[in-house]
Amino acid sequence: MSEAASTLLYLAAAALFIVGLRRLSSPVTARSGNLMGAVGMLIAIVVTLLRSGIVDYTLIVAGLLVGGTAGTILARRVAMTGIPQLVAAFNGFGGAASGMVAAAEFVADGSSTTETAVTITLSCALGLATFTGSFVAFGKLQGLIPGRPLLFKGQMVFDSALAAAVVGSGIWMASSGNRSALWLLIALAALLGVTRTLPIGGADMPVIVAFLNSMSGLAAASTGFVIGSEALIISGALVGASGLVLTAIMSRAMNRSLANVLFAAFGGDDESQPEGIGGGPVRRATVDDAAVTLAYARSVIVVPGYGLAVSQAQYGARDLTDRLAGRGVKVRYAIHPVAGRMPGHMNVLLAEADVPYAQLLDLDEINDDFPRTDVALVVGANDVVNPAARDDASSPIYGMPILDVDRAGAVIVVKRSLSPGFAGIDNPLFYRDTTLMLFSDAKAALESLARAVQTA
Amino acid sequence: MTLAVGITVFVLAAFVGFEVITKVPPQLHTPLMSGSNAISGITVIGAVLVAGQGGLLAGILGFLAVTFATINVVGGFLVTDRMLEMFGTRRRPARRNPG
Repeated sequence: MSEAASTLLYLAAAALFIVGLRRLSSPVTARSGNLMGAVGMLIAIVVTLLRSGIVDYTLIVAGLLVGGTAGTILARRVAMTGIPQLVAAFNGFGGAASGMVAAAEFVADGSSTTETAVTITLSCALGLATFTGSFVAFGKLQGLIPGRPLLFKGQMVFDSALAAAVVGSGIWMASSGNRSALWLLIALAALLGVTRTLPIGGADMPVIVAFLNSMSGLAAASTGFVIGSEALIISGALVGASGLVLTAIMSRAMNRSLANVLFAAFGGDDESQPEGIGGGPVRRATVDDAAVTLAYARSVIVVPGYGLAVSQAQYGARDLTDRLAGRGVKVRYAIHPVAGRMPGHMNVLLAEADVPYAQLLDLDEINDDFPRTDVALVVGANDVVNPAARDDASSPIYGMPILDVDRAGAVIVVKRSLSPGFAGIDNPLFYRDTTLMLFSDAKAALESLARAVQTA
Repeated sequence: MTLAVGITVFVLAAFVGFEVITKVPPQLHTPLMSGSNAISGITVIGAVLVAGQGGLLAGILGFLAVTFATINVVGGFLVTDRMLEMFGTRRRPARRNPG
């Protein structure tokens, strides 16, 4: 294949990626968009296989088979609650691959110019830090590593020194062409990925998964500079931008800056909850009370939190809302950006239970509707419906965008107990006159509510 | 390709990325992430070239890179498809007739 032909076909692949991402803007066209991306990738791979300069196909075919099989099995087997971990792991693999390609380039050709030295250093550093960082995130999301921030005294100094050492080994590599410098660079970058991700708390995982996504794109782009491939530069830039947009959206939804997420070691485990919570009496409801309130409402907004997904209650939720809709109640779901463990995760979990897409609304779309809504049903969510974030300037979560459920006619909160949420902050919503507390496991509550609504 | 051309391509592509991504609704952010993640597996083409050029060390690095990048590509597109299938507009009929 001529150089011009392969360049143009790579361009076609990149165009398919862009159009494919563009089609993700609607659920109707999204699936075909993803398919276009996959076709673009296939074109890119076939063109590469046909290029001159390949002397031995054994390792290539072996790698494609092993990777293809592993990828297929992982993608088929994963439960929807496990998607964030899987995406983190895929991210890590992509980052590692980019770093290794750059490392192999150095091994084969050395770093002839300053330009290649810089880009090889960048690729290896970004790629390997993404690799280890992603697997720490995987471990936290999977529950293999404690979710609370893990850090030691003087960590900031240590990490800064480590980052400086990464740059130093890059300079050593460029000036000497020494392979030991390359291995040192890789080891230091890998270590930095670990020490920078361990201090990040479980609640901040949506931000960090998006950030690592961006880094894996930048690693690919930088490898594109190393091997002189426009296809890698374009695709890497697309992914880098996409990850950065999502990172910004997630940070904003938590009212934090990215720097604060990365360096503040915020949040704790579910275990570490302070004593002395309680702002007064609450109105307890039975399942039947709650069912009657829901069944005779004109409009209901369900606010799901991650607690709903953990107890696999999304099927019960859909059953309940289907029956309410069958009675003529207007039903919608209000999804806070950080309701799941990664951007958009809650929507996937509800879609799995076949909740219609049209019922899934995000914060900006639905927040103005709460005053005109009869009942808000809050299931497994806490901080994202805490009015203190809006009204109480002394609250630690003041300024975080919340769903204004307290402005609905009535609020039903399904919760195991009065314990505070992830951030350990009490919620005045629970003590309001218009709030009914239904103390129960989410799944059991929704299933019995669905039955009770039937006879109400 | 000169460095300046590469940077030009990178910056323009990043702008296209921002424009395209900001049009994706929050409901589809997870598939967006796993789908764009699969695209970052494009590094597989660099891995193929490295793995096919011969030499022991480059061969080992190349084989690992092809394997890892392929996991990223194949797994990423497949899991995205699985999710988007669930967001389909056709709906299974309700299990019971409510009311």
